[in-house]
Amino acid sequence: MGLLSDPNRRKALTGLLTRLNTPICIVCYLAGIVWFMGLAFEPFTLRTYMSENAMGSTMVEERFSSGERALSLAKEFDAHKRQARGMPVEWLVKAMQSRGLEVFTQSFSRKLPFPDENKERYMVRGTNVYGILRAPRAPRTEALVITAPCSPGNTNNQAVALLLALAQYFRNQIYWAKDIIFLVNEHDLIGTQAWLEGYHHTNITGMEYSPLQGRAGSIQAALSLELSSDVITSLDLVLEGLNGQLPNLDLANLFYAFCQKLGVLCTIQGKLQRNDWDTAEGYTHAAQTMMLMVLKQACGRSWGDHGLFLRYHIEAASVRGINSFRHYKTDATTIGRLLEGMVRKLNNLLERLHQSYFFYLLPSLSRFVSIGYYMPAFGLLAVILLLRVSFPGLCHCFSVSLQPSSPGVLTVLTPVVISHLTGVALYLLPVHLQEMAVEHFPVSETEAVVLTAIAIYTAGLALPHNTQRLLSGEGTEQGWKVLKLTALLYLAVLLGCTALINFSLGFILAVTLVPITASITPHMPKALYAVVMVLLSPAFTILYCVFIYQELIEAPVSVSEGWMLFLSVISQGILDHALYGSLVYPLLALFIYPCWLMFWNILFWN
Amino acid sequence: MAAPLTLLLIVAVTIRAVLFRSSWAELISERVEVVSPLNAWKRVVEGLALLDLGVSPYSGDVFHETPFMIYLFHFVVDYAEIVFMVTDGITAVALYLSIQTYNKNVFRKQKYALESDRYPADCLELLRSPKEMFYIPLKVAMFYLLNPFTILSCVAKSTCGLNNAIIALFILCTLKGSALLSGILLALATYQSIYPLTLFAPALLFFLQRLYIPVNLRRSSFWFFTLQYAFIYVGSLVVITGLSFFLLGSWDFIPSVYGFIFSVPDLTPNIGLFWYFFAEMFEHFRLFFICVFQINVFFYTIPLSIKLKEHPVFLIFMQIAIISIFKSYPTVGDVALYMAFLPAWSHLYRFLRNIFLVSCVLLACSALFPVLWHLWIYAGSANSNFYYAITLLFNFGQVKSLNLISHFT
Repeated sequence: MGLLSDPNRRKALTGLLTRLNTPICIVCYLAGIVWFMGLAFEPFTLRTYMSENAMGSTMVEERFSSGERALSLAKEFDAHKRQARGMPVEWLVKAMQSRGLEVFTQSFSRKLPFPDENKERYMVRGTNVYGILRAPRAPRTEALVITAPCSPGNTNNQAVALLLALAQYFRNQIYWAKDIIFLVNEHDLIGTQAWLEGYHHTNITGMEYSPLQGRAGSIQAALSLELSSDVITSLDLVLEGLNGQLPNLDLANLFYAFCQKLGVLCTIQGKLQRNDWDTAEGYTHAAQTMMLMVLKQACGRSWGDHGLFLRYHIEAASVRGINSFRHYKTDATTIGRLLEGMVRKLNNLLERLHQSYFFYLLPSLSRFVSIGYYMPAFGLLAVILLLRVSFPGLCHCFSVSLQPSSPGVLTVLTPVVISHLTGVALYLLPVHLQEMAVEHFPVSETEAVVLTAIAIYTAGLALPHNTQRLLSGEGTEQGWKVLKLTALLYLAVLLGCTALINFSLGFILAVTLVPITASITPHMPKALYAVVMVLLSPAFTILYCVFIYQELIEAPVSVSEGWMLFLSVISQGILDHALYGSLVYPLLALFIYPCWLMFWNILFWN
Repeated sequence: MAAPLTLLLIVAVTIRAVLFRSSWAELISERVEVVSPLNAWKRVVEGLALLDLGVSPYSGDVFHETPFMIYLFHFVVDYAEIVFMVTDGITAVALYLSIQTYNKNVFRKQKYALESDRYPADCLELLRSPKEMFYIPLKVAMFYLLNPFTILSCVAKSTCGLNNAIIALFILCTLKGSALLSGILLALATYQSIYPLTLFAPALLFFLQRLYIPVNLRRSSFWFFTLQYAFIYVGSLVVITGLSFFLLGSWDFIPSVYGFIFSVPDLTPNIGLFWYFFAEMFEHFRLFFICVFQINVFFYTIPLSIKLKEHPVFLIFMQIAIISIFKSYPTVGDVALYMAFLPAWSHLYRFLRNIFLVSCVLLACSALFPVLWHLWIYAGSANSNFYYAITLLFNFGQVKSLNLISHFT
């Protein structure tokens, strides 16, 4: 480390960092944002390609032809669904058995921590029905899963029917090397979670389920099908899973390759790919697609039934049929052929999909940005924090605070402990106090939970943290510098770890938190800075993301609607954490919010 | 000073008790950074079960603890949590008393040197006052008890805590001047895991310094005392090993414990340097590299003893640090033991120029260990290289911090 031990060079470097610290920070921030937005520019992206050898070479002719039969089955399924007022278990079991599958059912039940107002459920009881197509001439060590959800009302009837039609067609083929499981799950994600937990003998979310009677070996890949109309105009691919985990890019490549082959329009984030990358509209379109993916990944929920498979190292994607106003329509037979082709390719796999990327962003279905290209955007933002930390005044503080005589470490401890206790309160109290809130206020349980969360969040702002006055005299100059040092390091490590697991969440938090936290001191104009800090706090970040998301999906909302959406996003976040183990809510409540509170504390230091 | 120490012990016991009762205990006891195949509690329970069945606990290559350990837990397995908390308490109190004795010695030497005018004028600011040094033993005990690494190690019921207790008691007896007890405890520590063998040299140097015997290879007094101490040490070691033989009735424990430590057959990832290398290595070269890696642990004793013969306590600290970095199955409990000594030299911190950078690296690595483990094992998106990169960086940070601290002398 010659640079750091040579005193002259060290002094020169320190001098440079001191003089140019703020300009370098501003340049890094702008560079990070520009780099990120530039990722959508087509010459900077790479064309997708199939990385797995086993899936590349054999393109055979698909012969599935029972599309019409599938549509009539859909009507039958709909009638039985209405009659059974839920999942028509006996009809499904008989249908699967008549197609030669080994059929089993699984019942499950779960009591949500508070009622889910979006889907109107609280005490959920259901049954999953699945049939296993045994591979005729292969050892039964691996399996593939095709799943279609059984949803209330008119949705997804065609999906279940196509599933049954495919099952019948697949049963007559001899080339299957893996068992295929056809799963119809009730109550979408809860049913899928129960089935996966039963299959893998785990119990991570407190679900009650009956053990699975039939099993098929280790699952290599899964496809989830959502189809609600007889004809579609395009197929949408949904990749984002729980906690922002994505399946291997090869699965997206597989889907795209088959869409090209069969001439089906394929979209991602509901947006069709454009060819005019050199115009402003073309670039904006790609940027919008990428931003949608970032926002969906950041919120950590599973955007399709496939999302829960990813946790078990099973590559999964959801294929959704969309019927909109276009001339060219695709019928069920073509969709069936697409699925047949994809499943045949997945059948050829010798090992799990691992050759292609696991971390990527897709500005369109045929172009991708890998982690090596998008991580520097985050790195530039993280460097700002490190530059601020190594700001010589702060560094000197650290060595001085290690002296036995200064009270440095102890004065820092109080704000840190209080911030984290507030974070723990934000995490635990909303769900635990809902009965008490419902007794005293005229609100429903869901509203009680969400409003308690917001109340605790706001109460944290009003907490006067300056109890260090009781400990050791005035809030010293030394004290806030040590606290800022600790908080900046804490934020840097936290954002780094978050970006490694879920890049989008880490990046969005970095974009809003880094500017204010890097430049905060108690000597700023307090009123203005307090307003700016609150406007850039994690809760407002969520609010902005809600509005931006609505803009991007071309369904802009007014302020009041946006506020209602924001409340429902909070309740969904808490529910996702309780039901499926999503980590976004605990991360924000237990780590990001206390970190932000520590900076709030610095602002009001004296 | 009894009251603050008692308060500290109560706080530490409370934290550990709370964690024992929570759902985190199981999670922590499976983390590879905290437990290793040598000291995992799961394996102790397995060994006890085999012993109860009448089979040798070393059959099946699961259990790698010494026979003393099995018999200790045979009697106290129902109170295991209390045993580990008491062990941590013993270590803390032993460190407290040893640093108190060390400070008294240092202060006395400083007084004599000051009276005989041996300090140049510009060193006067480095002189320490009793007031400054009053709180240092408490800080050392606090650094050990409230260190997250120690707490994790205790909650995981890793027998590393017991090894640390024996080493801490050894240091206490050495600093108090009792050669017999020091030799016996060092033999016990060596019996537990071989690496404390290297602490023989600093202990010997301390006693020679204390008895005013000059370290001169031609003096008979030097050889006389060395032979005495070596006799106590080797004799206790032989007696302990013999007792172990009679406890279990066979020599099985030697290949299972010492053979295991030396030949590193189990390549479970941990925070050490061995596992990745030996996972990649061809069988043909394995013996050569085992020898190289093991010599690496023992080798630094010689130059360090020559250089630091005037400062044996500092040499003990350096040796413990080197053992915990380069041993074959390190865990965070080993790291916590040497980190506890840092406040003893707090008056010299102004000379640590890059300590900030190094401590940030260590903190960031500790935070990144579970993240990259998750990405490798659960998400499947990373691979062993990512985890080993963090391991390397962690060990590099430790080595660099040792490097900086060695500038104290």
